[in-house]
Amino acid sequence: MQANHALNYDYSVAKCFTYATILFGIIGMLIGVVIAYQMAFPDLNYLAGEYGTFGRLRPLHTSGVIFGFLLSGIFATWYYVGQRVLKVSMAESPFLMIVGRLHFWIYMITILAAVVTLFMGIGTSKEYAELEWPLDIAVVVLWVLWGISIFGLIGIRREKTLYISMWYYIATFLGVAMLYLFNNMEVPTYFVAGMGKWYHSVSMYAGTNDAMVQWWYGHNAVAFVFTVPIIAMIYYFLPKESGQPVFSYKLSLLSFWGLMFVYLWAGGHHLLYSTVPDWVQTMGSIFSIILILPSWGSAINMLLTMKGQWGQLKENPLIKFMIFASTFYMLSTLEGPIQAIKSVNALAHFTDWIPGHVHDGTLGWVGFMTMAALYHMAPRMYKRELYSKKLMESQFWIQTTGIVMYFSSMWIAGITQGMMWRATDQYGNLAYSFIDTVTVLIPYYALRATGGLLYLIGFFMFAYNLYKTMTVSKAIEREPQNASPMAA
Amino acid sequence: MNMETIRELQAYGYIFFTIFLAVILYSYLYHLYKAEKKGTRNYEQYSNIALHDNLDDAPVESRTPSNKEKE
Repeated sequence: MQANHALNYDYSVAKCFTYATILFGIIGMLIGVVIAYQMAFPDLNYLAGEYGTFGRLRPLHTSGVIFGFLLSGIFATWYYVGQRVLKVSMAESPFLMIVGRLHFWIYMITILAAVVTLFMGIGTSKEYAELEWPLDIAVVVLWVLWGISIFGLIGIRREKTLYISMWYYIATFLGVAMLYLFNNMEVPTYFVAGMGKWYHSVSMYAGTNDAMVQWWYGHNAVAFVFTVPIIAMIYYFLPKESGQPVFSYKLSLLSFWGLMFVYLWAGGHHLLYSTVPDWVQTMGSIFSIILILPSWGSAINMLLTMKGQWGQLKENPLIKFMIFASTFYMLSTLEGPIQAIKSVNALAHFTDWIPGHVHDGTLGWVGFMTMAALYHMAPRMYKRELYSKKLMESQFWIQTTGIVMYFSSMWIAGITQGMMWRATDQYGNLAYSFIDTVTVLIPYYALRATGGLLYLIGFFMFAYNLYKTMTVSKAIEREPQNASPMAA
Repeated sequence: MNMETIRELQAYGYIFFTIFLAVILYSYLYHLYKAEKKGTRNYEQYSNIALHDNLDDAPVESRTPSNKEKE
């Protein structure tokens, strides 16, 4: 044996990012619930002056959950999974420990600065890329630090082969780096033309080109933040928690390359019937449909991993969270391509069906998988069993009810809206004015907001359960091999 | 060359590039099965990297040929 028997995996950075995931999850989802209720009850817009309006809060919600909750979840799982599948402890390299800590603190400062500036109304007006140029530079710095951490750990690994989750983490790193850099190419107006404040900027691209770059970025932000790293998580956590090997490792490799190849071309579907070249629209549409194959490749691979072991679904709520996540991944990767078909898009575009689709994926797939991952990590990181299985079960059902309320109301609202917009009378005049559609949709907005509220309540239960696990739960002597220990 | 021709060439390039990459992807699938059939690789064993991931578990494929060499 080597002299490393006293050595343990170092989870200090993973723990920091776990706290950040909980904090930004609460902030981002709370704002989401507020703006959802604002849609149903517009007077809620006037509660906090300019700081409480829908326009001010919406980028805070999206950035808060994507770049706050989810990125910290991705980083937390990376600092946990990375060490384990490479069989090397971060503690073996003081350099990597410093990089990890620096990564965390620069990340926290950047995201907190993002929260403050977005509240102040400072932004570029590019969806999901609202941060102004000084913060973009900070994002680049923290991303480079993450890259050093990934490749540094790979450099000192013991396990020769990179496990499939590693491929997905690396793809997340490279994909986001490329997308972020190109879409955020901006001209600081003060320094170039003496216009605006020092932190203001305009995009380097204009018109149609700007739209194409923006949606190449926007859709692939979904790919490389909402999909790729979550697949990294499920490929590690589901086999590990269930004790089952991946059903087909070869399928995981093929799906990986399929996903990488196809996803990057699909962004054009955001610009159907717009001024971008027709062939770009057609390509976007076709690639979106082909995207079903690699997406379902991974999802089915995960479901088949449970072959012969479905009893675990009854016994272990973590398996339930993960299988539900995988199922919702299948649902949203079928729904997305359907919406990208030109004729369907003519009805669906700009309607509430779109946020409905996004939330299938984010609440069902991304949210459930991230929470399940943190639940799995907690007993290993804190050497205590999970605080309450019952609470976890209740959380599962409350949140599932919330998700179903969310997407079903948005399906109905979206299709109603689309049909009303295009309805004409016998002379070809539009049958409804815009406000008619708004009036009809209000009950669905109330239902959606309540679904969101249920999900938020579940998230508080998750936070409480983890907090209790960290502080008062029964200590465990040995690290569990597979199923996470939990008190009834 | 006018703008229309450039755009047309771009579109053709795009199609050929797509077909080329699709061929590469399927060749990769063929390669995976062939490598296993010939016995040069056993991809399915890599699942064990996640299942046996304690620091003192033996790596599925060790990076250094032998630990003794290091000492």
